[in-house]
Amino acid sequence: MTTTEPVLRTEAIDVVLGGLRILHGVSFQVQPGEVVALLGANGSGKSTLVRASLGIIPVAAGRVRLFGEPLGRATPWPRIGYVPQRKPAHTGVPATALEVVRAGLLSPGHWRRASPERAMAALERMGMADRARQPVQEMSGGQHQRVLIARALVREPDLLLLDEPTTGIDLGTIDAFVDAIDAMRRTGTAVVAVLHETEAFQAMLDRAVVLRHGRVVHDGPPPPARTEHAGPFHEHTHGHPAPEETTGALEFDLIGDDE
Amino acid sequence: MIDLLSSPLMQRALLAALLVGATAPIVGTYLVQRRLALLGDGIGHIALTGVAAGWLAGSLAGLSTPESLALPGAVVVSVLGAVGIEWVRARGRITGDVAMAILFYGGIAGGVLLIKIAGGTSANLMNYLFGSIATVSGADLLWTAALSGLVLLVGLGLRPLLFAVSHDEEFARASGLPVQLLTSTLAALAALTVTVSMRVVGLLLVSALMIVPVATAQVVTRSFSRTMALASLIGAVVSVVGLGVTYWYDLPPGATIVVLAIALYAVTTTVQQRRRRPDPTADPHPDLRDDVRLAGEA
Repeated sequence: MTTTEPVLRTEAIDVVLGGLRILHGVSFQVQPGEVVALLGANGSGKSTLVRASLGIIPVAAGRVRLFGEPLGRATPWPRIGYVPQRKPAHTGVPATALEVVRAGLLSPGHWRRASPERAMAALERMGMADRARQPVQEMSGGQHQRVLIARALVREPDLLLLDEPTTGIDLGTIDAFVDAIDAMRRTGTAVVAVLHETEAFQAMLDRAVVLRHGRVVHDGPPPPARTEHAGPFHEHTHGHPAPEETTGALEFDLIGDDE
Repeated sequence: MIDLLSSPLMQRALLAALLVGATAPIVGTYLVQRRLALLGDGIGHIALTGVAAGWLAGSLAGLSTPESLALPGAVVVSVLGAVGIEWVRARGRITGDVAMAILFYGGIAGGVLLIKIAGGTSANLMNYLFGSIATVSGADLLWTAALSGLVLLVGLGLRPLLFAVSHDEEFARASGLPVQLLTSTLAALAALTVTVSMRVVGLLLVSALMIVPVATAQVVTRSFSRTMALASLIGAVVSVVGLGVTYWYDLPPGATIVVLAIALYAVTTTVQQRRRRPDPTADPHPDLRDDVRLAGEA
């Protein structure tokens, strides 16, 4: 155990949605600066865990602590960034990338601090500055995703939660995204990412938490890179020591069957 | 033109139309963005129950003109109804369209029942259903101005927050914003807009003034703030022009305003489609990098 306060801690949380128990007593925690992958099959509860951690959906039992504080008024919201699963941009009122990213600067007590300069800087980081005044409804999926990532980065969060950030987007976007995340990690931002494929993040992952049917079945070293998938991102340098256990602990299938 | 502006009755009516026409699309922009374009209609129906409830309260209190409580009744009942429906919707107990349907039917049935109990007839409700701007009194105008002012103050003052919650409710929640409070505020604003507009266009057409200018504006605009500004301008212009037309021609003002708004929408979409005739050979994303290199390519 470390002495520092975890940036995120769930204590035996249950989540019930539509009469179904989606999460069963899930306990996990994230230390400052840690990069954690949430893995598991579709329907295993990964997204639900992220959403419950942020208070988007209520927990039926257990507790959530963000920076040591319970969900609510005491939560330091400006320190938390969230990239939700991308939904198709709907056909409603047009909203420009800049307008969307500025919404990322709002939090309780900061209802008007929507500085366009900071929003532009965040768009710039995602390579979208030249499209700041284009409506997101006109963008491709990858461009829209960059805007959503910029909306989370603009807060300069100490904890970043990402729900399938790389699903269905092109390699160029993933590259820009991994670079941005890596830069934030170096400044001490903790990252929790729901992933289906870990290759792009392989070099920076500290830990993987695997869910199955709403229970944690593995909490430890990330799965090793599969050589046939060794992508173009492995040149990212390690800014931290390699995980201690690199052998024997990665047979996720066996761990799940122990119960 | 001079006659038009010299009649005090017409002056009041024009001012009321201007206020309502400029205000309604501001709230409408948020509703369209939340995909609740029909919420105004639902509230319009429930406001009818409010009108009748106010009337009933007036006659129970022994007022000589029980109708004087109709507007306060409409304000109270429609705000409660709108906030209530938002509360139920947020808890996922009922889907949006079913909630809306129940508002529609319950509102009309409640209004007709209560007006009968109050000693009136359904005919008394006609002025509210279709508007009666020609009978706007000085007091009515004050009410309209006060409520429009409130809607503008809140609708524009809280714009960053209301935009955030209308654009992406889940992200707003994850930012710690008071989502339930904001969506309830929006519902209450919609209810106030409906009651303030009911004298001008009538409860059955209220929603048109909130939604059609927004639909027209977003054909030509590319940002949320411009859509809202242009929609407000369109709302003000069609309301004033529509009412002006009825000074020379014997037409119902509410219906004239709405038909004018829809005609403008039709013209705008047609012109825009001609201007931006799609070019099937054009690359929709010319600046996107290719991530697959084919054999033989440099």
